Parts: sequence; C-alpha cells; structure tokens
Amino acid sequence: MSTGVTSRRNGRVALILGAPALGGLLLFLALPFVMAFALTFTDQRLVSGDHTRFIGWRNYERLLGISYIAQKPVEDPVDSESSSPTFVRVRDVTRADPDYRGYRPFTQVRSGAYRITILARDPDFLHSLINTFEFAFLVVPLQCAVALGSALLVNAGLRAQTFFRAVYFSPVVMSMVVVSIVWTFLFHRDLGSINRLLAFLTFGAAGHIDWIGDRATAMPAIAVMSAWQGAGFQMLIFLAGLQGISQELYDAARIDGATAWQRFRHVTLPGLRQTIAFVLVVTTIAALGLFTQVDVMTQGGPQNATSTVMFHAIQRGVREENIAYGSTVAVVYFALITSLILLQQALQRRWSK
Amino acid sequence: MSVPASSNRPSAALRFALYALMLLLAAMFVFPFLFMITASLRTNDAIFAHAGSIQAFLPTGPLTTANYSYVFGGGNVLHFFLNSVLITALTVGMGLVVNSLAAFSLARLEWRGRETVAALLVILLVIPFEAISVPLMLLVAHLPGIGLVAGKLVLTRSWLNTLYVQILPFVANAFSIYLFFQFFRGIPKDFDEAAYIDGATPLQVYVHVIVPSSKPVFATVSILQGLAMWNQYLWPVITVPGESARPLMVGMQQFFGHTTEWGNVMAYATIITIPVLIAFVVFQRWFVRSVIGSGVKG
Repeated sequence: MSTGVTSRRNGRVALILGAPALGGLLLFLALPFVMAFALTFTDQRLVSGDHTRFIGWRNYERLLGISYIAQKPVEDPVDSESSSPTFVRVRDVTRADPDYRGYRPFTQVRSGAYRITILARDPDFLHSLINTFEFAFLVVPLQCAVALGSALLVNAGLRAQTFFRAVYFSPVVMSMVVVSIVWTFLFHRDLGSINRLLAFLTFGAAGHIDWIGDRATAMPAIAVMSAWQGAGFQMLIFLAGLQGISQELYDAARIDGATAWQRFRHVTLPGLRQTIAFVLVVTTIAALGLFTQVDVMTQGGPQNATSTVMFHAIQRGVREENIAYGSTVAVVYFALITSLILLQQALQRRWSK
Repeated sequence: MSVPASSNRPSAALRFALYALMLLLAAMFVFPFLFMITASLRTNDAIFAHAGSIQAFLPTGPLTTANYSYVFGGGNVLHFFLNSVLITALTVGMGLVVNSLAAFSLARLEWRGRETVAALLVILLVIPFEAISVPLMLLVAHLPGIGLVAGKLVLTRSWLNTLYVQILPFVANAFSIYLFFQFFRGIPKDFDEAAYIDGATPLQVYVHVIVPSSKPVFATVSILQGLAMWNQYLWPVITVPGESARPLMVGMQQFFGHTTEWGNVMAYATIITIPVLIAFVVFQRWFVRSVIGSGVKG
C-alpha cells in the first residue's frame, strides 16, 4: 500500500522514466504505422520535386484490380477438327478496349469452348500473394512436424538429451543470410550435396534438379531450408508444453495398457492443444513475412516463382522508390496477419468452451 | 493388466531406434555448419572436388587459411564487423536501460493513465516490423541528423547511410517492455514498500531493489534483442546502401553477389557465425530459457 505522498511523487517520476521508451515507440512504431495507412491514399515517392497529392483509392485499385476476358475460338473452317482452337490475341483485345487499359494477363483457364483470361493491374502482386501462401502452406506443417518430432525425441528420457537439444536449436542462432548462402551451395545443381545424396540413394535416377533455378522446386527448396533454420525455436516451445503435461496421466494410461501410440494420441496431443495452436499461428505469421531468403537467393525468380508479398513491397516501395505503393502492399500484408490472429482467437474461444 | 517393471523407460529396441533417429536428425542439423566451416578452409577446386562425398563435411586433406586472409585483407570485413558489433551492443545496452525503466514505471509506480498505456503497448506488440518498414524508411530519410563528411561533423537532412539509423529505431522495443513488465509485476510488493518507507526515491528502488532481483529477464531481453540486431537484414539493406555504415549481413550479401569463389564466401559466413555460436555455447541455458520465456508468455 503506497501513501499519498509517494504516489504523487511517483506520478512525476513515472513519466520521466517511461518517456524515452514510450517516445521511441511513438516515433518509430506508432507514427510509421499511421503513416502507412495515410500514404496509401497519396502518390508519395521517396525523393520527389512535386508535392504529394491525395489520389483516393487509386493505389488499392492498382494493387487489387482484376478483370477477365472470355473468348470463343476464331472460326477456322479448314481444319477445325485436327488443330487446337485459335483465339484472338489477348493483347489485341486489351489494346482495342479502353476499359482494359493498364491490365496485364495473369493466368488463363479453359472452360468448354471458351478461353478465359484473368487480367490484373498488378499481376506480379497476385503471383507474390499466391507464392507467399504456397510458402506458408509448405513450411508451417513441415517446420511444426520437425519441431514436435525433435521435442518428443529430446523428451523421451534418453541420455545426452541436453546435448541434442542444443544441436537441434543451433541453426536458430545462425543468421538467415548465412543460411541462405550456405544452402545455395547445398542446392547447387551439379555440385550440391542434396543432389549428390539423391543420386546416391536412387542409384543415379534422381539428383539432377536445379533446386532454386527451377520454377517448380524453388519455393519448396526455400521452405525446406527455412524449416531447417526455424524448427529449433518451435521445438523449445513444444518442449515447455510437453513438460507441462502431468506425468500421472501417462502413468494412468500405462496402467490401462495403452500403447506408446495411444498415449501420444490420447494424452500428449490433447495436452499440447494450446501449444500447437500457438506454434501454428507464430509460424504462419513468420512465414507470411518471407523476405530475406528470397532477396539473397533468388531475387524473386525464376519467373516470379519466389516473389513474396514482402519482397514485392520492398521492391516497389524502396527499390523503385514508390513509397505510397509499397505502403499499400504493406497494409494489405498487415490486414492479412490481423485477420489470421482474429481467426485464431475466435477458434480458441470455441475450443475452450 | 500387468505393468512391466521398467515401464517408465522405453524398451531396449525402442531406445536403440530413438538414438538412431536422434543422431540422424542431429546430422541433418549439423551438416550445413560443417560444410560451411570445411569449405571455408579449402580452395575452390578442393571444394568442387570433394562436393560429392562425405568429405564435403569433414576438414580433411590440404587445408588453407587463404580464404580468411583474402576476406580480411581485400574487403572491408573488419569495418563491417565493427559496425555490427557497435550496432548490436549499443541497441542492446540502451534498450536494457530504456525498456526496463519504462516497464518499471508501468508495473511498479502508480500514475494516472498507466492502464491505458499498458493496453496500448499490447496493441503495438502485434504490428510486424515488415509492415512499417516502408513508411519508416520515408520518415528516417527526412529526419535531420549528424554526419561525417571529410572528417568533419556536419548536419545532414537524412538518416540514411548512418549507424544510428540502425540503432535508434530499435532501442525502444514493445516486446522487451512487455517481458520486463511481466517479470517486474511478479516481484513482491513489500520489497519496494520497505525501501520507500526508508525514504528511497523511485530511481533508487529501481537500481537497488528491482534490477538486482531481475537478472533472468535482463539476460532474456539481451539475448533476444542481441540476436535480432546481429542478424538484422531487411532494415539495413534498405537504409544503408553506402559502405561506411554497412553491417556484416549486408556486406555478406553484397560480397556473395560479386564472387564465384565459394571458399571466400564460406569464410565470410563463418566469420559472421562464430561469435554467435560461441555466445550460444557459453550461454546455452539462457538461450533456452529466453525462448521458452518469450514463447510461453508471448
């Protein structure tokens, strides 16, 4: 219980003590956050002689603008049976119609006789968005499985488990730049150990994959590497969760004759439910921010296959100096993460009922 | 329903399988490290010659320190190294003082509006740095600062290409304040009440009561903030295009982009990694606690 005198004196001192940190957070976190939203409605560039103008929703329209063209094949009476149907070139259609100004083709699908071309004002962003989800979809289950597996291993009551725990955790302290560069060599088409190992295991059948130079394998390769680097962190959190499960539950299950798998299924997993939910969300949020690996290893390539939302934001915002547009990408990225957190909280509320 | 006598320990066969699994996993985690260090001690030709075998990971055969001499001699590695050390040490050092004082103020002093401030702090926790990096860059590009031009201190109109642009925005850290706040709240109230009755000022209570009983949280915050600063990449890559204030990570990325000499690259990578690895081996226990502490509470 504090007296009135100390309380009043504390009031003055409290402000002085808290001011440096709170001031720093206001200037370098809260202010840029507010700026991010405000800038999306302007044409702000990094260096510009012109005054910044208010341009309404134009950045969002450019970022999210999607349209489509549905085309019937051109009638070709000569040999319509044998050859594939021909269409008027998309470029000719978009040039002729002012409604399609600024749109570029994103992807094409066939529906019956029709060919539908999806157009976007910024197809690179859509690719980046899809790539980011692809990465999260690959890395989250992989990393969490490795983390849970290694946590179970170092919690099994074997000898030297502190040593192994340290070994599994060690990549976490390694910088992502270093990891990316070392793995660039391991992924090398001709020299890399990964292809050499594959060739050895398959007697030469596999092992000629250009891991980060091929559109199909570039993102999976980055996901494997990222899981390798980050799993140790999640392992420690799982370990804390495992140690929170009462030993009596395991003893009771044993007395009832439960097998190791049954004990895992009916004691360990339910006991880890909160931890698993937490780890999944943290890993997903980290995955959606993918930048360093891409910037060091692939620069978004090959053919946009590894460009991500964050890479796109930095590319447009900083390297092309279009601060307003980069901020718009960042705001969309923030909205993505916020909805994820809200979804997780809603699910958790339902589970705990 | 008989219970085997050794029910608490896995059977011998299972134990053998678990050890094998544990070793296999350990190999997967260790091999890239071993490759990096081994390659850093070989010539380019030797790296290619050994790339296909287990020798890629074992430092056998003729070894050389030429890669290290080249990296230290040719580039500005030492300069970048010093930049990184300064950035990390100053951010962590100032961060410990500033963030713990703010947390002390929020957790142990009574003032109007502190609940509101604490609630706002939790909101700040969920803002990812990536989302604010572009507008923050615009902000620092137009802040007045001090620069060194031809050996003289001059006023500049931008923070770009400086050391402090890599330090000042990261000193105040919402997550560090939160960790301190949680810990300080758990210290019994009688400690500082007794000191106040003896006539101590809040600052004296902070120095003589709170700090001495909070060593674990100071260690946790140092490790988490230090690791984040040492390994930082996104921010310096966009705010420090020039060489003078460049940190090691950006230096390495630039170096990697301009060479095909893998031995040199791996020497650079090893130089970056060794200090953290040593810190990790020495403070292993603390690393583990800091992650669990931050993970479970966060």
